[in-house]
Amino acid sequence: MAANIVYRELTNKRAIGLLLAVAGLFIAGGFAAHLTMEHHGHVITGMDNRIVWGLPHVFAVFLIVAASGALNVASTASVFGKTIYKPLAPLSGLLALALLAGGLTVLMLDLGRSDRIIVAATKYNFKSIFAWNVFLYTGFFAIVGAYLWLMMERRMNAYAKPLGAAAFIWRLVLTTGTGSIFGFLIAREAYQSALLAPMFIALSLSYGTAIYLLTLAAACAIDDRPLGDAIVRRLKNLLATFVAASLYFVAIFHLTNIYFTRNHGVEYFILVDGGIFTGLFWLGQVIIGSVLPLILLLAPKVTRSRILLSCIAIVIGGICQMYVTIIGGQAWPLDLFPGFTARSSFFDGVIHSYAPGLWEILLSLGGVALAAAIVMVALKLLRFLPERMDDATLDPSQSGKHTT
Amino acid sequence: MSTDTSRRAFIAASAGAAGFVALAPGVKLMDLAQANADPDVASGKVRWGMLIDTTKCATGCSDCVTACAKENAIEPGSGRPSQSSQWIRKIELKEKTGGHRELSLPMLCQHCANPPCVDVCPTGASFKRADGIVLVDRHICIGCRYCMMACPYQARSFVHEPLHNQNPEVPRGQGCVESCTLCVHRVDKGQTPACVESCTHQAMLFGDLNNPDGEIARRINTVTSSQVRADLRLDPGVRYQGI
Amino acid sequence: MLRRAVTFLAFITLAMLAALATPAAFAESGRVPKPVIDIANPGQCIASPEVMRRTHMDLLKHQRDKTLREGERHAKISLNGCIDCHASKNNGSVLGTKENFCQSCHTYAAVKLDCFECHQPKAAKIAGVKP
Repeated sequence: MAANIVYRELTNKRAIGLLLAVAGLFIAGGFAAHLTMEHHGHVITGMDNRIVWGLPHVFAVFLIVAASGALNVASTASVFGKTIYKPLAPLSGLLALALLAGGLTVLMLDLGRSDRIIVAATKYNFKSIFAWNVFLYTGFFAIVGAYLWLMMERRMNAYAKPLGAAAFIWRLVLTTGTGSIFGFLIAREAYQSALLAPMFIALSLSYGTAIYLLTLAAACAIDDRPLGDAIVRRLKNLLATFVAASLYFVAIFHLTNIYFTRNHGVEYFILVDGGIFTGLFWLGQVIIGSVLPLILLLAPKVTRSRILLSCIAIVIGGICQMYVTIIGGQAWPLDLFPGFTARSSFFDGVIHSYAPGLWEILLSLGGVALAAAIVMVALKLLRFLPERMDDATLDPSQSGKHTT
Repeated sequence: MSTDTSRRAFIAASAGAAGFVALAPGVKLMDLAQANADPDVASGKVRWGMLIDTTKCATGCSDCVTACAKENAIEPGSGRPSQSSQWIRKIELKEKTGGHRELSLPMLCQHCANPPCVDVCPTGASFKRADGIVLVDRHICIGCRYCMMACPYQARSFVHEPLHNQNPEVPRGQGCVESCTLCVHRVDKGQTPACVESCTHQAMLFGDLNNPDGEIARRINTVTSSQVRADLRLDPGVRYQGI
Repeated sequence: MLRRAVTFLAFITLAMLAALATPAAFAESGRVPKPVIDIANPGQCIASPEVMRRTHMDLLKHQRDKTLREGERHAKISLNGCIDCHASKNNGSVLGTKENFCQSCHTYAAVKLDCFECHQPKAAKIAGVKP
């Protein structure tokens, strides 16, 4: 049983101030990019009428998917009864909210008419999964916000469990909705699959847990708080399971697609001769994002630095996966006339290329910086993080045992 | 007693009269609404469509594209060509097997009966009018481009920069998605779309698909025509002959 | 406790009164120029100026759906109809200078105009539309 856990705000003003300053620069850059794009139009970006969703969407969807996965540590504590994770749960909830805020900001600022967000919030076409996502995302903020309060307000702790269960189910629906944005598109050969929803859930667990571990380690390093091996080992094992599950879904998705002759074109494009997409898929998503982390995490002698390295690799692999999914799926031309080759002034029949411009890069990084800034400010102002997370405090029965 | 019965009867009669007075005008109005098909309003009885004869469509000719651009004031943008709007385009096709037969045809918004662009639009800006014309309500379009991802015909364009030379009858602007309107501003005046009118090879026919006596319905009943990507079951309003 | 509440309320009321008074003072002193309107075809609008000033946004917002979604074309309310009358003699538009109809009032009232992101502010005759 965890003894007296004392939660404290981060106190290292210098480090946080420095990090916030850097984040602030990127946030300013992102905002400047938005203003410029809104004034001049998307003509100044690398996006066009063929690649309509570019780098901002890659980062936004990555952040949103990671957000729902970041809540996993809190869910493990509240829903699955693993009480050792309880002291870590508030940071998990905070990270989920911050990542979602960062992702949604990028998404909303990339709209053609960002001044019409009120319209998006008041007019709904309920056949559209996008409309459902508006509810799912705002509901997520409300539920996780309330969940955080219940966790952090001693008197309300008893109610944290049922709301935690609600939050868990909500985030499953939310990630299903995010995956279904692509899964519901009949037009595109790279999508149109029900498998995208559960794949996105597996990916969310992988990305979210990796980012959680990185944030936890960073916060502890900033304030010199001890982080025990017991908890890190557990998180490592969870992470390895999630990476393996993600790899499984990706493999099944492609294997099934390869089985259908009509999808041979798009699969060959992604897996073999798609240039940058093939490179990002194999090197980025599979090797760096999945195989390398599995080796690092499951090898016999696991060190703290190897675990953190694998987390970074998973994040890199995640960005690559989103790039391949979102942009690769648009690069492959639609086949309006099977059996014919097509040519037109609107780029029918050709593979479309995409080169992100400065403004999209700034906007995307601004969203990441915003998420980071929210986490840092919250940790500085409120008591999200326990003072000590060493084995003796969290899991006295385990202290003294060897790591891994 | 007689006073009570007569009071009850009076109340019952008044209630009945009040009910009649309240409901009758409504009944009368409903009756009127069905009887009076306002010619100024789009009607579900009509379904506008096109029949395109690809055997008559000439390779290298793009009169329909030029006419559409002129009618709707679509100018090339200041960015890359792929960032300019194109509501209709000519596609040159070559069969992969056999004799490598070549043909060309115009591709535009197919004005489907089950449009995927309408399904996915989060605000309902992409909608289908009662007479089958699929339009974008630019008052509530937020420019998310999801409909562009969803369209199987790549019929939609996104306006990438501020516009100033719009046709007053064809509002279009930066940040919204747009596509062929079937020249709804002309159709509502009893005219045909600009592309159909301009086709020098008589390859394009426009009309009411629901009118059995109209030329388009009669031709569809006699010649072989097909819909592009018919397997998607979207039931486009544009049909092609000779593919 | 009660004294604090009353003091607070009094402070808020005074602050609000001061805020309300300020624009009026400025307007009278000419800091914000009153709208000067130059119309090509002065005459009878579809309703009186008082009514139009208060309701034109609601009329347009209601009618736009009827025209666009239902195809109602010959209604009394029509944005192109407004522009044909209200466009300026000088530049044939309702935008462009501070004497133009829509722009001058909207600048005075500090209300952003969204219509002309998409709609053509020049009158049809000048914009070259075929009848």
